[in-house]
Amino acid sequence: MQKKFDRGLERTRWLAGITVFAVLGLVGMLANPYVISLMTIVLLFTFLGQSWNLMLGIGGQLSIGHALFVGLGAYSVGVLYVKYGISPWVGLLTGMILAGSVGASIAWLSFRFEVRGIYFALLTIAAAEFARIMFSGWEFVGAMQGLFFPAPTGGIEISMLRGDARFYYFVALALAALGIIGTEFISRSYLGYVWRAMRDDESAARALGVRTFQHKILVISISAATAAAGGGVLALVQGSIFPDSIMGMGLSVDVLIGPVVGGLGTTFGPLVGSLAAIPLNHLMSALGDSLRIPGLNNITYGVVLISVVWFLPDGIWPAIVRLCKAIQAPPTALLWQSRKVEE
Amino acid sequence: MTTLLEVENLSRSFGGLVAVKDVSFSLRAGRITALIGPNGAGKTTCFNLVAGALKPTSGRVLFEGRQIDNSPPETVCRMGIARTFQIVRPMREMSVLENAMIGAFSWTRNVSEARSKAYESLESVGLAAKAHARTDQLTLPDRKMLETAKALSTRPKLLLLDEVMAGLRPTEAAGIVGVLQKLAEGGLTILLVEHVMRIVMEVASRVVVLHHGAKIAEGSPGEVVADPKVLESYLGAGFHA
Repeated sequence: MQKKFDRGLERTRWLAGITVFAVLGLVGMLANPYVISLMTIVLLFTFLGQSWNLMLGIGGQLSIGHALFVGLGAYSVGVLYVKYGISPWVGLLTGMILAGSVGASIAWLSFRFEVRGIYFALLTIAAAEFARIMFSGWEFVGAMQGLFFPAPTGGIEISMLRGDARFYYFVALALAALGIIGTEFISRSYLGYVWRAMRDDESAARALGVRTFQHKILVISISAATAAAGGGVLALVQGSIFPDSIMGMGLSVDVLIGPVVGGLGTTFGPLVGSLAAIPLNHLMSALGDSLRIPGLNNITYGVVLISVVWFLPDGIWPAIVRLCKAIQAPPTALLWQSRKVEE
Repeated sequence: MTTLLEVENLSRSFGGLVAVKDVSFSLRAGRITALIGPNGAGKTTCFNLVAGALKPTSGRVLFEGRQIDNSPPETVCRMGIARTFQIVRPMREMSVLENAMIGAFSWTRNVSEARSKAYESLESVGLAAKAHARTDQLTLPDRKMLETAKALSTRPKLLLLDEVMAGLRPTEAAGIVGVLQKLAEGGLTILLVEHVMRIVMEVASRVVVLHHGAKIAEGSPGEVVADPKVLESYLGAGFHA
């Protein structure tokens, strides 16, 4: 019976996933420019959230400096394209390799000297801030004045990854889909099991033969490289790169809002969380402007975060899954399944 | 009979405190050996030295003739020594089956292979029916057996069990004794750190007694309980049977 229920669940998951992406595809074709640009950001932060989620939600390593990797990706694309006219595809690849190596180096240094947990998180902030200050003073990459991409010519150029807002919406949608499929794939592979074991109890995992040192470096470099890919696309979408916004603490926080609100360690959490948090933030920001209440969006953000942590500590997505199961599954099956993380 | 593990003049001190002092013993393949002693005798320290969780201050540990005392726990595990923890440590967010799968990834990357090994391990400790349960739904004896199953999935040659029977009722302990005997019959070598004498008498073919960090006796269970030094360490001086 258990098996049958699992297979039913599996089918529901696939159906739900395909439906969601079909709807998002329709949105891309039909929606107005405002919705398109808002949703592009939602989807990009879904992808970035996914990358962060892989590291904490599955690998158990907290980063509060993901802006470093996002920024490295953005600058790789920006510098190569704006200064040398090299295709952003090359920039994306360069950024991923660069960020992956930087991530691996930070991880190696940190774990080599037994810096872990919250101290490792502090180190990620330090590294991100160091990079932000360095890029702010580095004339070659535009320093505080930033880098600007030339205005798009109007046509879509896949080889140069250039196009209109709708084109970037679909790029972001593809990235988000890739992120979800990739996470699901890793989650079900031996890496997923080993990383979750390491997250739940590192020394117990080592006693079971898990080479945690290598695995921590691996999960962090994968997370860093994917964050860089997201950062590269984010830079193209925004058309400009400024060190304070692309490498600042604010961005590091934006990256983790999606998965924290949506559900840590789940495959769909970052999408659900970004869908809930980012439009709300924009709405409140607009409302705050018209009501002349500066910072209304930040207050709302704070209230939403506290409410989620208070009422749904494991996030919105696991709560939705529990609700669905309560409706369609027999109660006995529910008993066994209710808190399994990878719904 | 071949010697699987050799402990030579092992010592470990924490600051000024000598927890294990010049201890030597060896384990024969396919046998259950028990490491016993009163509270604070250095049993768990000795156990952690063998498992690679602690480094010795002096002395050596040889497994199949190879020195292992400088290897980290994951390497020791991959060489064929699996351990359990005195305080049970299930991975809380993972199901019973998933917990039992982790150890298998030390020798395979194939998920379905790991899953069938995990079922096999759970089967051998009598937990197969609860494979899909959450770990917090298990009773204490079941959790202790899950620890054993997790260790078994690594395909060990030597299984180190740290007080698997502590805190259990006699009937629950009897169930575990049965499981251990069956594992030993299957050819597994077991080193048992245990506090409860009665159980040791039942399962172990050889007993090493520690007191104040030093080995005071070694032999068959019958020999050991007749040893006046052992009685003294457990019951105090002047008490003779």
